[in-house]
Amino acid sequence: MTALTETPPEAAGLPTPTAKRKGGGGLATYLVIRFLLIFPTILILVTLVFFLMRITGDPITAALGGRLPADQLEIRIHEAGYDRPLLVQYFEYLGQVFTGNFGRTISDNRAVTEMLTTFGTATLELAINALIVAFIVGIPLGMIAAHRRDKGTDAGLRVFAILSYATPVFFAGLLLKLVFSVWLAWLPVDGRASTSTELSLGSLAAPTGVYWLDALRSGNLTAFWDVERHAVLPALALGLLTAGVFLRLVRTNLIGTLGKDYVEAGRSRGVSEFRLVTKHAYKPALIPIITIMGLQIALLLGGAVLTETTFEWKGLGFQLAQYLTARDFVAVQGIVVLLAVIVAVTNFIVDVVAALIDPRVRY
Amino acid sequence: MATQAVPQLERREPLWTRIPVLTHVRMSVGVQRVMLVVGLSLTGIFLVLAVFAPLMAPFGYSQIADASGGFPTQDPPSAKHLWGTTVGGFDVFSRVVWGAQTAVLVIVVAVALSIFAGVALGLASGYIGGWLDRILVVIADAVYAFPSLLVAIVMSIVISHGQSSLWGGIFAAAISITVVFIPQYFRVVRAEAIRLKAEPFVESAKVIGASSWRIMARHIFRNATRSIPLIFTLNASEAILTLAGLGFLGFGIEPTSASEWGFDLNKAISDVTAGIWWTGVFPGLAIVLTVLGLTLVGESMNDLSDAKLRARGRKRTTTAGAKGARTAAPQGVSSPESEGGKA
Repeated sequence: MTALTETPPEAAGLPTPTAKRKGGGGLATYLVIRFLLIFPTILILVTLVFFLMRITGDPITAALGGRLPADQLEIRIHEAGYDRPLLVQYFEYLGQVFTGNFGRTISDNRAVTEMLTTFGTATLELAINALIVAFIVGIPLGMIAAHRRDKGTDAGLRVFAILSYATPVFFAGLLLKLVFSVWLAWLPVDGRASTSTELSLGSLAAPTGVYWLDALRSGNLTAFWDVERHAVLPALALGLLTAGVFLRLVRTNLIGTLGKDYVEAGRSRGVSEFRLVTKHAYKPALIPIITIMGLQIALLLGGAVLTETTFEWKGLGFQLAQYLTARDFVAVQGIVVLLAVIVAVTNFIVDVVAALIDPRVRY
Repeated sequence: MATQAVPQLERREPLWTRIPVLTHVRMSVGVQRVMLVVGLSLTGIFLVLAVFAPLMAPFGYSQIADASGGFPTQDPPSAKHLWGTTVGGFDVFSRVVWGAQTAVLVIVVAVALSIFAGVALGLASGYIGGWLDRILVVIADAVYAFPSLLVAIVMSIVISHGQSSLWGGIFAAAISITVVFIPQYFRVVRAEAIRLKAEPFVESAKVIGASSWRIMARHIFRNATRSIPLIFTLNASEAILTLAGLGFLGFGIEPTSASEWGFDLNKAISDVTAGIWWTGVFPGLAIVLTVLGLTLVGESMNDLSDAKLRARGRKRTTTAGAKGARTAAPQGVSSPESEGGKA
């Protein structure tokens, strides 16, 4: 609540000087207000998560209840301060979160912040790989579907798009594993790298945690090859399913702009069909595409949780599932809050990009 | 508009042409009709499996032995166990059939709860407005922006601490999904309520002296909830995916209290490494086909209620008509709205 009462004066106070400088109601005002809106969003999510997870009891009883005698449980609860009033704990937690301290996990007693950075890089790597696959597959296919609208190709691509929505990512992962790792034995079954590679990468001086980068920096090409082989299937599973969403998005918006007069005008001037689709019609269609793709980041993160569990890709999602089984709700809370921050920041970036592209976007 | 409504009421069409799904099938053409019919058949199979699971499944969902002795574990498909058995000795075919029942129960509870809560909140927020509206919108937006699976995970921790019996598990899953869906219904209904608030018929109701409650419950509710059936079909499929995701992460219903596809897939991940495909492929296909059926129905109905998309089926007339359409632009502007309104 402290931050909530602090933010409005800022939101009201800051834009005014900027607005004066820019001449009122300009892009800068919008960006500042939009930036400040991130904080209440994150605060609401942190608050909701905190109170929801605490309604049913303290984290120590949840994790260790039944395994420790009652008196020892009492001592540990008291040591961790979970027997104080909930509001006191809440404000303390807020203060800690603002200083970047999320506490220590209960099941393996690690600093939550350290756990988040270690596994966060792995999730980031997976998400970026999947996005690359989604872009390479989804956007051109969407263009083709829009161009060949209502023909056989379009129908086939729509079926692919609907199937990619209907298939849970863990089932797609399971099928890919079955075909490419078990039956054909082309690719490794799970993990981010084989044990020997992980050992050699772990001995690096300042590892970034992004395995392919580390492997390249150490000049170890076998390790690089190994890491890339491990990355293929998870990226395909998550990427192909996201590609279906992109395909539909590009197709719908492109069909809208392809019907415009200026496209017809371009065609009559002799502009090639390829150029019409990829340049003339595609660019104006980009704004809704970018906006919705930003929202897909949230979906992608949800998918990453499941993909990581399927492929034992040791990232945030995999850890989340582990901590959930161990009922370590301090760790779960940390991961959920981090993801909330990522989603809020992504939405901000998306709005900024949309505002930069389209001068009409102002609230 | 008001004067047109009276003659329409007098010539009502026969009842069977006004049943929602049937009208949609009659309205559709070509590819769209194929999509709708395929979707309806898949959904139909799914519902039949769910209702008649006790009759169709050869064994119980947690049965590991019968009169002739214990079931073999990880047994490949055979005459007795059509789709093989799992590592725990469960019959895969029976569990897939029973899983349909669990899925239907969760969908029904989840969608009913979220429509109820979402519509009520949306009406109140949109019609009353003010600070209530602002707070609800901020909360709904925050929840909406968040990965739905994570919301569901947090909720299922809250409700059941992650472990549950049949009904406990169904309600935990359903309420978790509900929290994800409420913002969607909330947004749609709120937007409609705000638009309708300014309509003349609401003002006349106010003039007559109707209470806010009556206006919300009768005048706005009836008009604001038109698009709900569409969201329903789309959400039903999402509910299945969320349920499967929860189950896959180990938040599902215990295998002894009900059968759940996502849970079975989780167990199948380790089987796959050993080349045992039947424990994972069948529950997975069940999810895909069910979601596919529901999505096809939802999409087709969505397309059909949108006049611009509905024209797509009449390929030749539209391409020929597209060039002439510009001359008849004024007609083209007014017709989609009136057609869309009736659907």
